[in-house]
Amino acid sequence: MKKTGRVLTILIFIFLYIPMAVLIVGSFNEGKSLARFDGFTFEQYAELFRDQELLQLLANSLIISILASSIATAFGTVASLGIQNLGPRMRRTVMRLTDIPMTNPEIVTGISLSLLFVFVGTKLLGQRNSLTFWTLLIAHITFNLPYVILNVMPKLSQMDSSLTDAAMDLGCTPLQAFFKVTLPEILPGVAAGFIMAFTMSLDDFVISYFVTGMDFVTLPVEIYNYTKKPIPPKIYAMFTLLFLLILALMIAMNLLQLRSDRKKQLTAEQGGAR
Amino acid sequence: MSKELIRLRDLTMEFDGERVLDGINLYINDHEFLTLLGPSGCGKTTTLRIIGGFLTPTSGTVTFDGQRINDVPPYQRQINTVFQRYALFPHMNVFDNIAFGLRVAKVPKEEVNQRVNQMLETVSLKGYGHRSISALSGGQQQRVAIARALINRPKVLLLDEPLGALDLRLRKDMQNELKRIQQAMGITFIYVTHDQEEALSMSDTVVVMDKGRIQQIGRPEDIYNEPKNAFVADFIGESNILDGVMLSDYKVRFFGRTFDCVDKGFAPNESVDVVIRPEDIDIVPPDGGHLVGEVTGITFKGLNYDIIVDFKGFKWLIQTTDYHGVGESIGIRLNPEDIHIMHKSEYSGMFGDYSSYSAEYDELAEGADDEAE
Amino acid sequence: MMRRNKTVLLSVPYILWMVAFTLIPLGVVGYYALTDPDTGAFTWGNLQALGTYLPVFGESIAYSVVSALICLVLGYPVAYFIAQRGPVAQKLLYMLVMLPMCMSFLLRTLAWVALLQDTGIINQILQALGIGQMKLIRTPGAVVLGMVYNYLPYMILPLYAILVKMDNRLIEAAEDLGCTPVQTFLRVILPLSMPGIVSGITMVFVPAVSTFYISQKLGGADTVLIGDVIERLFKQGDNANLGAALSLLLMVLVLVCTGLMNRLTGSDGEDVVVV
Repeated sequence: MKKTGRVLTILIFIFLYIPMAVLIVGSFNEGKSLARFDGFTFEQYAELFRDQELLQLLANSLIISILASSIATAFGTVASLGIQNLGPRMRRTVMRLTDIPMTNPEIVTGISLSLLFVFVGTKLLGQRNSLTFWTLLIAHITFNLPYVILNVMPKLSQMDSSLTDAAMDLGCTPLQAFFKVTLPEILPGVAAGFIMAFTMSLDDFVISYFVTGMDFVTLPVEIYNYTKKPIPPKIYAMFTLLFLLILALMIAMNLLQLRSDRKKQLTAEQGGAR
Repeated sequence: MSKELIRLRDLTMEFDGERVLDGINLYINDHEFLTLLGPSGCGKTTTLRIIGGFLTPTSGTVTFDGQRINDVPPYQRQINTVFQRYALFPHMNVFDNIAFGLRVAKVPKEEVNQRVNQMLETVSLKGYGHRSISALSGGQQQRVAIARALINRPKVLLLDEPLGALDLRLRKDMQNELKRIQQAMGITFIYVTHDQEEALSMSDTVVVMDKGRIQQIGRPEDIYNEPKNAFVADFIGESNILDGVMLSDYKVRFFGRTFDCVDKGFAPNESVDVVIRPEDIDIVPPDGGHLVGEVTGITFKGLNYDIIVDFKGFKWLIQTTDYHGVGESIGIRLNPEDIHIMHKSEYSGMFGDYSSYSAEYDELAEGADDEAE
Repeated sequence: MMRRNKTVLLSVPYILWMVAFTLIPLGVVGYYALTDPDTGAFTWGNLQALGTYLPVFGESIAYSVVSALICLVLGYPVAYFIAQRGPVAQKLLYMLVMLPMCMSFLLRTLAWVALLQDTGIINQILQALGIGQMKLIRTPGAVVLGMVYNYLPYMILPLYAILVKMDNRLIEAAEDLGCTPVQTFLRVILPLSMPGIVSGITMVFVPAVSTFYISQKLGGADTVLIGDVIERLFKQGDNANLGAALSLLLMVLVLVCTGLMNRLTGSDGEDVVVV
């Protein structure tokens, strides 16, 4: 039974990674087709860095995802403090509200926001073009918020609530108490929420596709437009670079976490010995 | 004696319409060691949190040094707290925890170092500054919590069941330690506990609370010897509580017999509660006793035996160093000073009958108490 | 202890935001669904037209249910295997499951086109082996494969989260009480992992039932899913009102399906594992 589990796991991982391998190999291909390898080249990477338009799209994606996830992280963390102190019934209602963007199909979220923006923009404000950078940003913040809330709330409820009392007892104003005691305590949850929100935002296609206007297009939306015609292989080069970047980020995060786990274990053992 | 420092006047507290404090009136003197004692849910922690500034009372006033402080936030009060389960900051080491209050107050670095090191010595934790909190034992964490509060030189230290998480042996040591620190530093301690022994052995003044009301305030000896009602009599130590009638001053009748006592000032023929402490009862041969009963249970307690004796269907607890087997018939004698008379209260008839007494039952009840806290 | 203080006010902007950008938009969808695309007058017409699309809904549900079940069958052993590893291996494997989720799903789906197409990589291999070309792309199987491939991590992660927390002593206790490994699995491990299963199935079913890209790229001309219809109505057909009606129906469908599953398995939404 254990052996079949191992074999199956290996097969599944091959299944998960083969398409990505195809794309990475494709980025070094002289030809344009993913299905046929015509010879090795770095030309696609050179092409990529010559293509100002494509780099601009990547920059757009990064701008929107960094902005949206940062705002959502700050906003969501502050909101969590409030939600934590709500009565049980009200808290459940707010958490239901938080679940809506998580449980609704993305296409419904995208369409509902798009209709709202169009409705308010054209019918109420009389704008001709109501889908802009700002509507895209609002949409991203909205679907990012639940990731922050759902990561921060458990950390807050795990935290001994008398810690903030203790900080204030020792002379902290509520604001000082938050920065000196609460924030360091819930930081892992805040960081996890931020990272999730950032990656979701960076890779979001469906919601952006419906909410984005002509003047601000993100990379995934443009890739979707590309895929209707033959896709230029420099896109694969960009995919490969992003793959390496995210891989490096994940490894770094894991190493940091492993190190802090080790440290904790070590001090705990030290204490036990005495 | 010393001057008055804190006064609570007609304090009430309601949570969602539920009244948890009901007309608390209390003053606390400078340098006093005062204990709020009562079962869980009696309002003692709420009272402490109001003094600390973490709760604002629904009505009534809190004054500190003559100033009304109802709306003064905790960080502006000259009061510090040792929290239940300590509330030490887990992301800081011992030194940083203790230095916390000084750093918030922007005390110069040199002075912080000097005062923290001195404080570490005071609580016998010299050389532990760099340790992480999770590497400390319960007793050591306790000391850090005390040091962290005391280093700010508060006028009043609030302690919320500070020894609750420690084992019995350590608890005894820390009781002495706390008393020593309180006397050495000369500050007021307000101490919350549900452990009556702890309250009696450490305090100058004990405040017994139940159902959001103060039941009795007094010196430990007075609380023990002169309980005001059946609740206090039962909560502080063991008591046999009987229905009686006060015939006149110094004469009380119960169990169909008239006894001499040392109490007076009751109305003629007033119904009263009669308290007899289990350790005050003298056992004599059946023919020489005021009352004669039959032993129905015996438990060895180390220092003494707890025996349950049936007197005409009412069961008493008696503590004796001599063994009396089940079924044995014994007599008892009561001296006037062994009999304590109390007015009837809402608690009459609820306590002091040992018909369902068992050693295990007691322990179970205590365990449940800890859970609820 | 009850703590009522001014901190609760911090939740107010958030509540307002979420009402403005999740609840009200759904109301706007309802408004569009009930108005005529040309005149803007109130009409039941869009909702009445939904009947025509019931087969499409049926097909979407069929595809996503099959995909969710395949994900469960494939994902469970993987999640179990990961949960049994040492801490370092667990972190590594967890990361490897997460990583594809962070990469462009459009491009990864496109890679499947290159793998499956008639002159694609798999067919080239099959031909080299002398088996001959097979029709792989533009089949229902290709759509299911695309769904399983894209959403399998969403199944593995919640299952892993619940399996890794499972108390090993329970398994030992079951064995101690005479259960064979199979019985232990069926009577102890499986029932205890139910919240993870429910969460995993929901997380696969919801995006699968509403997808439009996978079916466009991997499905045949006859594979039209509800997501495709909605996307076309909004982006090409210019009948946002009918699209709104379809979106509304899709949302209700998802709510009913997930609610039904929570009811059937006896778990309320509360203990759904969040990844």
